Amino acid sequence: MIPEELEKIALATRAEQEALSHQLRVCTGTGCLALHSDHLKDSLTSVIKQRGLEQSCAVKGVGCMGLCALGPLVAIQPQSTLYQRVTVDDAIAIIDHLDTQPIDHLLCPTDIPFFQRQHKIVLENTGQIDPDHIEDYIAADGYTALIQALTEMTPSEVIEQVVRSGLRGRGGAGYPTGLKWSTVSKVRSTRKFVICNGDEGDPGAFMDRSVLESDPHRIIEGMALAAYAVGASEGFIYVRGEYDLAIKRLKTAIRQAERLGILGKSICSTTFDFHLETRLGAGAFVCGEETALIATIEGQRGNPRPRPPYPAEYGLWGFPTLINNVETLANIPPIIRNGGDWFAAIGIDHSKGTKVFSLTGPVRNTGLIEVPMGMTLREIIFEVGGGMTEGHAFKAVQTGGPSGGCLPEQHLDLPVGYDSLAQVGTIMGSGGMIVIDDTASMVDVARYFMEFCKTESCGKCVPCRVGTVQLSNLLGRFTEGSATAEDLTLLEELCDLVKQTSLCGLGQSAPNPVLSTLRYFRNEYLAHMAKGVATQ
Amino acid sequence: MTLPIRVRTLKIDDRDVSAREDETILEVARENGIDIPSLCYLEGLSAVGGCRLCLVDVRGVPRPVPACVTRVEEGMQITTNSERIVKYRRMNLELLFTEGNHICAVCVSNGRCELQGLAQSFGMTHVHFPYLYPQLKVDASHERYVIDHNRCVLCMRCVRVCDEIEGAHTWDVMGRGIEAQVITDLNQPWGTSDTCTSCGKCVHVCPTGALFEKGKSVAEMLKKRQFLPYLKLMREEHV
Amino acid sequence: MSKVRLATVWLDGCSGCHMSFLDMDERLIDLLERVELVHSPLIDLKSFPDAVDVTLVEGAVSSTEDLEKMRKIRQHTRILVSLGDCAVTANVPSMRNNFGVETVLERAYQENATVHPQVPHVDIPALLPHARPVHEVVPVDVFVPGCPPAADTIAFVLEELLAGRMPDLSGQSRFGA
Repeated sequence: MIPEELEKIALATRAEQEALSHQLRVCTGTGCLALHSDHLKDSLTSVIKQRGLEQSCAVKGVGCMGLCALGPLVAIQPQSTLYQRVTVDDAIAIIDHLDTQPIDHLLCPTDIPFFQRQHKIVLENTGQIDPDHIEDYIAADGYTALIQALTEMTPSEVIEQVVRSGLRGRGGAGYPTGLKWSTVSKVRSTRKFVICNGDEGDPGAFMDRSVLESDPHRIIEGMALAAYAVGASEGFIYVRGEYDLAIKRLKTAIRQAERLGILGKSICSTTFDFHLETRLGAGAFVCGEETALIATIEGQRGNPRPRPPYPAEYGLWGFPTLINNVETLANIPPIIRNGGDWFAAIGIDHSKGTKVFSLTGPVRNTGLIEVPMGMTLREIIFEVGGGMTEGHAFKAVQTGGPSGGCLPEQHLDLPVGYDSLAQVGTIMGSGGMIVIDDTASMVDVARYFMEFCKTESCGKCVPCRVGTVQLSNLLGRFTEGSATAEDLTLLEELCDLVKQTSLCGLGQSAPNPVLSTLRYFRNEYLAHMAKGVATQ
Repeated sequence: MTLPIRVRTLKIDDRDVSAREDETILEVARENGIDIPSLCYLEGLSAVGGCRLCLVDVRGVPRPVPACVTRVEEGMQITTNSERIVKYRRMNLELLFTEGNHICAVCVSNGRCELQGLAQSFGMTHVHFPYLYPQLKVDASHERYVIDHNRCVLCMRCVRVCDEIEGAHTWDVMGRGIEAQVITDLNQPWGTSDTCTSCGKCVHVCPTGALFEKGKSVAEMLKKRQFLPYLKLMREEHV
Repeated sequence: MSKVRLATVWLDGCSGCHMSFLDMDERLIDLLERVELVHSPLIDLKSFPDAVDVTLVEGAVSSTEDLEKMRKIRQHTRILVSLGDCAVTANVPSMRNNFGVETVLERAYQENATVHPQVPHVDIPALLPHARPVHEVVPVDVFVPGCPPAADTIAFVLEELLAGRMPDLSGQSRFGA
C-alpha cells in the first residue's frame, strides 16, 4: 500500500457513493440487530431490486447510530432523513417515499439535543460507514493518519502530538496517554508489544463494543500508529468473548487491512512492520486489569500481579508493552490527522476531547452518546438523554460501573471530567452511565455492584477475595433490615481495608459504590437498620 | 556490558539501612532484624504479594505496599508498624480466619502453624467479622499425604514450590474469588495425579495444617523448610 | 466492701475451660475470699441472678436455649468474658456448621444408634443452624482464647479484673493452645 493507492480507493468509493441519489443506512449495531434490522436491510435491498433502482439507490449496513432506544434506525443520505422504529413491513413505504415527503409516523427528528449537543470524534464514523468494508473507512479519511505518520513523521513526532492533545486513558484510570507512549518508546528492547484492551466489563457499558462493531478499522489504525510511535511490531486486540459481532467485524477488518498491505510487513513501503492478532476473553471481569490481561495472552491464569514493574517496562512475556483501551486508541487517528492542539481545544482543563457514554436507565434517549468533556451531568441526562421517562423521578446517576459511584441531584451541575468526578467520590470510568430513579434502593444498588465484584474477584489477595464476601454479606443485613450500628462501623472499616490493601484496581475500587452511597444516601442505610438498634 | 549492581540507602522505621538495588523491602528489613510479618512469602520461592500481611507504608505513596514484592529505592522512607498498617494487617489476618474452618484445637499443626502464630503475635484474641463456615473438602487419596481445604489460606506456596523447585507443576488454582482453591492436575484426586512425584515439598512449605503427612495427629505435624534456602543457594552457585 | 459477684456459664463446650478454672488450685481459696460465686455449673443454680459483676462463658452458642441464656446473661452482667476457644471462635462445636443441623442429628441419632434410633425432640432446645461465637450474639468485653486457656491465664484475667483493669492478653494466649 502506498499513499497513491489509498487515495485512489478513497476517490473511487466516494464517487460511487456520490453517484447515488439515495443511500439507505440501516443500523446493524447489536441493539438494532436484536430488533431484526438485518431482515429490514434485506427487505429494503429486495424492494430496490424489484423496482430496478439499483443504479440510484443502495442499502448499506452501518454501525450504531446511538439512539438505541428508538431502533431499528434507518438514515437516508444525502437527504438526512432519519426513520425510527422501522420494521420489515415499512420497507416498501420507505422506498415509495424516497422522492416525496418522508413518512411522518416513522420520522425521527434530528434537531433534538440528542443529536445537536453531541460532538463526535470517536464515533465520527459510527452509523456512517459500513464496518465490513475497508473502502468505506478509507473514503472517510481512514488510514490517512497512519500514512501521514509513516511517511512524514518520526515516532517521537507522533508521540509529541499525542502528548499535546492531552488525551487521557479512556479505560477508567485516566493516565496521560502521551506519557505512557513516551515511556514505552524509551525502554530499550528487541521486542515490544501494543495491546488494545477491549475487555469492556462494566455492567451497563457498551462504548467499546459499539466502536469495535461500527468502526473496527479505526482501532487498527490507532494501534498501528501506537506501534509505530513506541517501536513495536506486534499487537494484540483483546476483546471479551461475548462480543461476537465485534470480534467478527474486527477479524474481517484485520484480514482486509492485511490484504491491502496496511498491516504486515513494510507497511507503506517503509521499514515499519506491524502484525495484529485478536485474543478473546473467557468471561472474567478481572482480565480487563492490564496485568491480568497480559497473563491470559501468555496462556496463564488471569490473575493480576503487583505493579511496579508496569507493563511499559515489563509486560507481555517480559517485553515492554503499551496497553490502551479501545476508546483511547479510537481518538488517535483524528489526533494525528488534525494535530494535538486541535484535540486539546476541545473539553476542559486536564480533561481534553470528548467522552463516549452509554446512557442507560429510565431516561428517554438511552443509547450511545459522545459529548465534549466539561458538559454537565444535567445536560447529559436531561438534554442529550431527553430527561426521565414518564412516571420516573431522578434520584442518582451511577458512573464508572463497579469501580465508580452514585451521585445525587445536588451534583448534577458538575462538569464531567476526570478530576471533577473524582472529587465528589466517583470516577469517569470507562463510560457507563446508569440513571437511577426514585423507586430504587441505593443499598440495593451498592449491593448489586459488590456482588459483582465478589464473583469477579480473582481470589489472589485476601482483602478482595474475602473482604468483598464480608461486605456483600453485611450489605445483605442492611437489605434484610437486620443490620446493627456495629455493622455500619464494620462496613465502613472493611470498605477502607479493601480499598487500601487490595492488590489490583478491582479490589481497590470495589468499595466505591458503597462509599459513595454512604456519602450521599446514608439515610437509606440508617433506615435499613434493625429497629431500635441504631442507638445501641 | 553489564552494570554492576548498585547500592541504595533508605530508611526503615527511621533507621538508615543500605541495600542492593535488586532487593525487596522485606529482604532488607529482615537482614536488619526489623520484623515484618508475612504469610504467603517464603524465601526461595517467587513472591506473589497475595496475603497483604507484609504491607508497609512508604512515604509519598498513598496506599500501603507489600514489602515482599516492592524493590528498594534510593531515599525511600518506610514505616513498618504505623497504627493503620498494624490495623490493616490484623484485619486481613482476621479475614483469613473467617474464610476457612480453622479449628486449631484439633489441627495437626496446632502449636506449629504460621497462621496461628501470626494471630498470637498480632495479639489477636478474637475475630470481629462473621465466620463464613464454608463447605470444603478433604482429599486423602494420596498414599502419603492429605490436603484439607478447610485449613488452606491460598498462599500458593504449594503451587510455587511444585512448579519452581520440583518442576512438576502438579498444583494449580481453580475458580475465582472466594471459590478459588488449589487443585492437583486437572482437579482430580491427588492420589490419581500422574505428575505428582510424592516429593512432599508442598507439604513442608504449607504454613498451616492444610497439607500434612498421613498418620500425624493433633500438633504432630512438624514442617521442615530448611531444604528451600539450601536448594536455592546450591542452584545459584552452580548456574 | 461487698464481694465481687462472679458467675460462670457452660454452653456448648467440653467443660475443659471449667476444669482449667479449677486447675487454679489453691488460688481458688484466695479468689473465693474476694468473690461470691453467684452462678455456675458447679453450684447448680437454675436461673441466672441479677447484677453480676463478671461472667465467664465457656462454650459456643449452639441452641435456642444458649441464645436466650446469653441474652439474659448479657443484660445482667457488667463484664462478660468469653472463656476459651469455643466461646471465642465456636471451635469444635462449629465443625458441624457446614453439614446442616438435620444431617448432623441424623448421623448422631439415627445412623450411629444401635437401639431405638430417634432424634430427640421432647423438652430439648433446638439446635441453631450454626454454632456461633458468643460475640456474634451479644457484645463481649474480654476474650480469652485457648483450648483450654491455661489456669495461669484465667488467674491473670481474674486478677486484672479484680484490680479494676481490663486484662491485655496480646501475645499471652493463642487459639488452640
